[in-house]
Amino acid sequence: MMNNQGRPTQSIAAQSSELPTISGDRGLDHEEKLIFELGRTDVTGVDLPATEVSDARLGGLRRKGVIGLPGLSEPEVVRHYVRLSRMNYAIDAGLYPLGSCTMKHNPRLNEKMARLPGFADLHPLAPQQTTQGALALIAELSRWLTELTGMPAVAMSPKAGAHGELCGLLAIRAALEARGEKRTRILVPQSAHGTNPATATLAGFTVDEVPAKADGHIDDEALRAKLGPDVAAIMLTNPNTCGLFERRIIEIADAVHKAGAYFYCDGANFNAIAGRVRPGDLGIDAMHINLHKTFSTPHGGGGPGAGPVVLSAALAPFAPLPLLVHDANGFRLVESRADAPDGAQPFGRMCAFHGQMGMFVRALSYMLSHGADGIRQASEDAVLSANYILASLKDVMSAPFGEGPCMHEALFDDSFLEGTGVTTLDFAKAMIDEGYHPMTMYFPLVVHGAMLIEPTESESRESLDRFIHVLRMMALEAKAGRRERFEGAPHFAPRRRLDETLAARKPILRWKPKEQAAQAAE
Amino acid sequence: MRYLPLDQHDRTSMLARIGARDIDALFRDVPKAAIVSRGTFDLPDHQGELEVERALSRLAAKNVAAGALPFFCGAGAYRHHVPAAVDHLIQRSEFLTSYTPYQPEIAQGTLQYLFEFQTQVALLTGMEVANASMYDGSTAAAEAVLMAQRITRRAKAVLCGGLHPHYAETIETVATLSGRVERTPVTPGRAADLTSLIDDETACVVVQSPDVFGLIRNLRPIADAAHAKGALLIVVVTEIVSLGLIEPPGAMGADIVAAEGQSLGNGLNFGGPYVGLLATREKFLRQMPGRLVGETVDAEGKRGFVLTLSTREQHIRREKATSNICTNSGLCCLAFTIHLSLLGEEGFTRLARINHARASMLAERLADLPGVGLVTPSFFNEFTIRLPKPAAETVDRLVAKNIIGGVPASRLMPNEPEARNLLIIAVTETNTDEDCKAFAAALTEVLS
Repeated sequence: MMNNQGRPTQSIAAQSSELPTISGDRGLDHEEKLIFELGRTDVTGVDLPATEVSDARLGGLRRKGVIGLPGLSEPEVVRHYVRLSRMNYAIDAGLYPLGSCTMKHNPRLNEKMARLPGFADLHPLAPQQTTQGALALIAELSRWLTELTGMPAVAMSPKAGAHGELCGLLAIRAALEARGEKRTRILVPQSAHGTNPATATLAGFTVDEVPAKADGHIDDEALRAKLGPDVAAIMLTNPNTCGLFERRIIEIADAVHKAGAYFYCDGANFNAIAGRVRPGDLGIDAMHINLHKTFSTPHGGGGPGAGPVVLSAALAPFAPLPLLVHDANGFRLVESRADAPDGAQPFGRMCAFHGQMGMFVRALSYMLSHGADGIRQASEDAVLSANYILASLKDVMSAPFGEGPCMHEALFDDSFLEGTGVTTLDFAKAMIDEGYHPMTMYFPLVVHGAMLIEPTESESRESLDRFIHVLRMMALEAKAGRRERFEGAPHFAPRRRLDETLAARKPILRWKPKEQAAQAAE
Repeated sequence: MRYLPLDQHDRTSMLARIGARDIDALFRDVPKAAIVSRGTFDLPDHQGELEVERALSRLAAKNVAAGALPFFCGAGAYRHHVPAAVDHLIQRSEFLTSYTPYQPEIAQGTLQYLFEFQTQVALLTGMEVANASMYDGSTAAAEAVLMAQRITRRAKAVLCGGLHPHYAETIETVATLSGRVERTPVTPGRAADLTSLIDDETACVVVQSPDVFGLIRNLRPIADAAHAKGALLIVVVTEIVSLGLIEPPGAMGADIVAAEGQSLGNGLNFGGPYVGLLATREKFLRQMPGRLVGETVDAEGKRGFVLTLSTREQHIRREKATSNICTNSGLCCLAFTIHLSLLGEEGFTRLARINHARASMLAERLADLPGVGLVTPSFFNEFTIRLPKPAAETVDRLVAKNIIGGVPASRLMPNEPEARNLLIIAVTETNTDEDCKAFAAALTEVLS
C-alpha cells in the first residue's frame, strides 16, 4: 500500500509557475551578477608568489594607479562561467537552423587534436627545424583544399571569411596592376552577404549592385550589361544566399573573363557542393573557404574563424606572405618578398604569423575523419535535409522560388503570415519558446521577411521531423489568429525581448562603479 | 561515418517525400559538366577516430613543443601558464558551439562575458571603451590606422621603427589603399625622434611599447607631438601582461590602443587563433570597427546585454560600413577574460612582476658573457642582446643543444644589416632558474 503520509509523492498542480521566487533564480535558471559585482581587486584565484622588482629597468614608467580588475577564487570563477554558459543556446543542445551560418556538429576529436602540445604549444617564430610537423600539416590541409576545389593554389593566412574576401580582392588588384590596368568597379549581387560590398570598398573599389531575377538567380542579362573595361571583378556567392545553385555560372564566368575581369566566389556555401562540384571547374579565380562552416571548426560564440583562399593560376603568383615551400631540407616559410621564389609577387601580408593554425588542425581532423567519400555524403545529406524541410513546409509556409529543389538551405518569405499580425521576427522569436534557435531572418534582402533555414547534415530524421512538426503547427496557429503565442515571444528564455533602441541611444559599453555610472548618466 | 545521423533508409524515404528520383535530382541546377565523380579526388576515404588521431599525432610529434625544453621566443607571441579551469570552461558546449549572439534572449552568456571583456580591456589599457575583439593584434592595428584615417580625414600614417615588422606589413596592406604609410628607421634599443615626420597630413603615429626589441617607450612626448598637429596616437601592445607593471597607454595620451591578447588564456598555437584588442576614446566610438556589446533591459525590466551600434557594421551598412569584419575572436576573448578573472588585480600584477624579475635576471646574466651586449636599457619581459655572431646561426646551434634561444631579429627584418647579430629574448613565469642557467651556459659554449 502506498504511504500517503509525510513527503508528498505527487506533483502539486502547476499553479505556482508564475510565483516569484525569493532568490530571483528559478530552478536551474540562475541570475548571475557581473564579475565586477562579485570580485575584489585583492582576491586572486591563482597562486603566484609576491615578488618585488626595482624600477631600474622600467624607464621611469612604472604603473602608478590601480587598474580595478576584480579577482575571484577558482570555485567562484568556475561557477560564474558555468552559470553564464547555461544562458546560451548551442548546437550541442539543439537544432540550430541558421541559414548561411552552417551550424553543423563540431566533433570533439578536433578539439583534442588541436590541443596536442606539438600544435598548441608551438611558437610561430620557433626555429623552423623544430616546426616541420606543423608546416607539413599546413601543406596537407592545403592539398585537401586545392584538391577539393580543383584550384592550383591556396593562401592560408586569412583569419576569417571576410578577411579571405579581402585577400582575394587584393590578389585581383595586384594582378590588374601587373597587367598595367586600372579597373575600379566590382559587381556584387543584391543578395550578397554584407561583407562582400564592405570588402570591395575596403579594397579600394566601388560597388555596383546586380539585381536578382524573380526566380532567385542572378540576373545574368543585367550582369552582362554592366561588364566593361572598368570592371575588376564580380563577387558571387554560389550556391547563392537564396539557397540556389547559379545555373548559368559557367557562362557568367566566361563573360566575366572575356571582359578582362576576375571571378571572386564567396565560398560561404561550399558545404552544399564539397565533394560533388569543384569550383575550379566553374571558372572561379578566387574563393574563400570558411573552415568554421564547411569543415566544422566551432563557431565559439562568434569566432575565431579561418578563411583560406583558393586561387586560380592567374592569381596564384600574387598570394600574400608567408608562402610555404618544400625543398631538400624540408618545409620552409618564405616570410619576405626578397626571399620569394621565381615568379612569385606577393601583394603583402594579411596578418602577423601564418594564419589560424588551431583551426587548421581541427579542419584537417574533420577532413581525415570524413574522407573524400564522407565529405561528398555530408554535402548530399545537407542538401537532402534542406529539401526535406522545404517539401514538408511549403504548403503552410511560403517558398518564394517555388517547388525547389534548393541546395543546403530552404528559403521562405513572410507572405504566409500576411494578415495575421505576426511578423517574421515574432515567428522566429516564438521558435525560442519551442526550444529552437531561430532561423536566419530578413536575409537575403531580395525576399520580403526572409526566413532562411539551414538544417545541415548533422540532424537525424527524427530531429528533422520534430522540427517540421513544430514549424507546421506554428504556421497554422499564426494563420488561425493565435497571436498570443507570437506577440512578445520568447516567454521561456532567460530574457524577454531586449530593448535594442535603448542600448544604441545611450550606449553603456562597460561596467562602471555605481557613483561613476550615476555621474555619467547626468 | 560517425558524424552523419541519416542512414540509407532515411535517405530513401526522404527523397520519396520530396518527390525526387535520387540525390542527383536535387543537384539538377548544377551544370552537368561541373559534376565530378567519386573517384575524381586524390584523397583517402573516411577513417576511424583512432586512425585520425594516429595520423595527426605523428605530425605533432615532428614539432618540438615549447614546454619540452628551455624556451625563450616572444616577438608578438608569449608562453604563459594558463590555469586548467580556463580550457575546461571554454569547452563548455554552450560557449564552444554557439553562434554570434544575434538572438540575445538565448545568448546572454556570450553577451555578458563580452561586456565583462570590454570592461577589462578598457581598464587594462586605460581607455574609455573597448570592442568585443578583432582577429589578432596585427589586424587590430591595421583597423586602428583605417579608423584614424576616417576620423582625421587625413592620409598619412607614420609607423615607428620599433613596430613589429609583421604588424607594419599588415598595416601597409590595407592603409596604402586608403592613404599612405611611412616607416621610420629601425633604431634598436633607442627611441628615435619622430616629431619631424608628423605634419598636417598625418592621420596617426603608430608606436609599439614595449617595442619589438622589448624597449619600453615613454609615449607622452609622441602623444603631445601628434596632438599638436591634429594627428592621433595609436599604441600597439603585443604583450598585454606588461600592463600589470607599466603605465597604460591611456595614461600617456593614446587615442587608440591596438593590442594582442594572446598572453592571457590563449596558447601559442603556432600563430593563431589569437585575440585582438581594440580600445579608444568614447568620442571616436562611431568610427570603431567590430562588434560592441551594450547593456540594456528586457521587456520585464531585467538587465540584459545586446550587440549594439550595429549601424557601423557590414551586415547593416554594407559598402558604407566602418569595416568588413564579421567575426570576432569570441572563444579567445572568453579564455582571456576567464584567465583575467582568475588572476584579478592582485594576481595580474604579481604575474607581471615575476615576468620582469625573471627577464631582468637573465638579461644581466647574458650581458655578462664576453662579446654580448644588452641593447635595450629598459624592458618588461623581453629584451634584445647583441651577439658577436649572426643571431640566426647562433639560434640554430642552440637548438642542437636543446635550447630555443629566442627570435633572431633578422627573421623579422631580413633587410636590416643592423639586425643581423640581434637576438630577441622573452622570459616569462614558465622559465625556471635552471632554464636560464642552461641558456647562459649553452650560449657561452656556442659563442666561444
